[in-house]
Amino acid sequence: MTNPYMSTFNIQKLRQDFPNLNIRVHGKPLVYLDNAATTLKPRCVIDAMNAYYVTGVANVHRGVHYLSEQATAAFEYSRQVVRQFLHSAKVHEIIFTKGATESLNLIAQSYGRHFLKKGDEIIISHMEHHSNIVPWQMLCQQAGCVLKVIPINDRGEIIFEEYLKLLSDKTKLVSLVWVSNSLGTVNPVKAVIEAAHKQGAVVVIDAAQAVTHTPINVQELDCDFLVFSGHKVFGPTGVGVLYGKEKWLEAMPPYQGGGDMIKSVTFAGTTYNVLPYKFEAGTPAIAEVIGLRSALEFFQTIGWEGMKQHKEEILDHGTRTLLSIDGVRIIGTAKDKTSIISFVVDGIHPHDLGTLVDQEGVAIRTGHHCTQPVMQRFGIPATARASLAFYNTKEELDILAAAVKKAQAVFKQ
Amino acid sequence: MRDELYQQTILEHNRSPRNFKKLEGATHVAEGYNPLCGDHLWVYMKVNAGGIIEEAAFEGSGCAISKASASMMTMALKGKTIAEANLLFDEFHKLAIGELKPDQQPNHLGKLTVFSGIWQYPARVKCAVLSWHTMHGALEKTKTVSTE
Repeated sequence: MTNPYMSTFNIQKLRQDFPNLNIRVHGKPLVYLDNAATTLKPRCVIDAMNAYYVTGVANVHRGVHYLSEQATAAFEYSRQVVRQFLHSAKVHEIIFTKGATESLNLIAQSYGRHFLKKGDEIIISHMEHHSNIVPWQMLCQQAGCVLKVIPINDRGEIIFEEYLKLLSDKTKLVSLVWVSNSLGTVNPVKAVIEAAHKQGAVVVIDAAQAVTHTPINVQELDCDFLVFSGHKVFGPTGVGVLYGKEKWLEAMPPYQGGGDMIKSVTFAGTTYNVLPYKFEAGTPAIAEVIGLRSALEFFQTIGWEGMKQHKEEILDHGTRTLLSIDGVRIIGTAKDKTSIISFVVDGIHPHDLGTLVDQEGVAIRTGHHCTQPVMQRFGIPATARASLAFYNTKEELDILAAAVKKAQAVFKQ
Repeated sequence: MRDELYQQTILEHNRSPRNFKKLEGATHVAEGYNPLCGDHLWVYMKVNAGGIIEEAAFEGSGCAISKASASMMTMALKGKTIAEANLLFDEFHKLAIGELKPDQQPNHLGKLTVFSGIWQYPARVKCAVLSWHTMHGALEKTKTVSTE
């Protein structure tokens, strides 16, 4: 029987675009299940970055020579591609950063220190990545703000009624992860944003894991800021994006001083450049920005429907296969969940499990996943995590399950 | 091919760790923590007036490597002088990072050479050395030790 959605989703063909999938680890074919940490890179991304380094090296926004003009055009074209990917109203609402972490720090230090005062409240959730906790703690120390935390239930979902109770006229900023990197939970960001806006608070969305899960339209969402990292959407490391509404970005002071972010510099004073350059001090990661464009273009040719269906199938298969093993428990069982499976195995510490499945060529993440409060909430030191991308297969999840059983056998010796 | 990490001795000590208790009347205590993996343990020692370690114990939670290493360490420490314990710490540390080859260089490691292959698993070296750094910290009177 043919499935109309699957007709354009050809996984074997797509896998050929990822050279890294062909390697062997400890003599076994690589089974890469650590996509929430970073995704593999398609050949077109590697080629685009290579092309810049081989025939196109120049700095951007400076020289009048041919190469500089070419590099500037390529760099700014990437910004257009990101704008279209996020559906922002204006291209200068797209700021290039080092990654989601830097984007969040930029918001905390520039927006936060400018607009937030002593006693103002910031709301985050219990499932945030450390990068969406620590910048706000630092801001609270600097500005005297108060950090409030939305609790999560046993399935790993935010308790929405508790969120509503935390909201008040003291709330000035809400920062929430869209998709949890350690639990896979998909948060109801639209409802969170609407409720915050009723109280006059701005909303930051950490979309680091969401970019590969769902199409993003920042205008429909009406978030004030949204951040993501290039390397989690099949692009290079070292580049990320900050989207901000023009009215906020205009009102915010620069985050860092340096070249490119100025209009004119004298010892009497400096005037700052216009958006987006005001927030892009210094030579940016040019090759990486160009690589990110390739990644987003590649990703958008796959087609959301076929990809979504495939990822749901492998998530379901992986969940059932792992749960069929005695002693395996899954942490994070939200109703709305993406293809991340965090699990623990009775009697085997996740680090031992990680080393043992690695012997079988299987790459999973073990640890607290930069979400220590989540581990505290569930009373565990760490989990093993299989995070799946569209190029993963049911067969690979069977190999993971067999590797887990083999680890159990070792520990039962 | 790497050496097998999970050897019988290690698995056995993980299953039934020796001296796994809080030591009442300990003269030297330190807490060890590995923030990367959450391994967390306390090392206790009772050192007598003659500078001999009469007893050593540990408690806490961690992976098999850190538990087995701590368990075997407490056994090895018993009856050692502080100077001997420090020498053993130095040798074990060198063993764990692959600088000491027990079959080629004289040493006092005995059964602890079961960890001689761990340098081939760089991400796991810190698991094996956590209890040792904690013990060393306790002798140096450092209260909290972190390996990362």
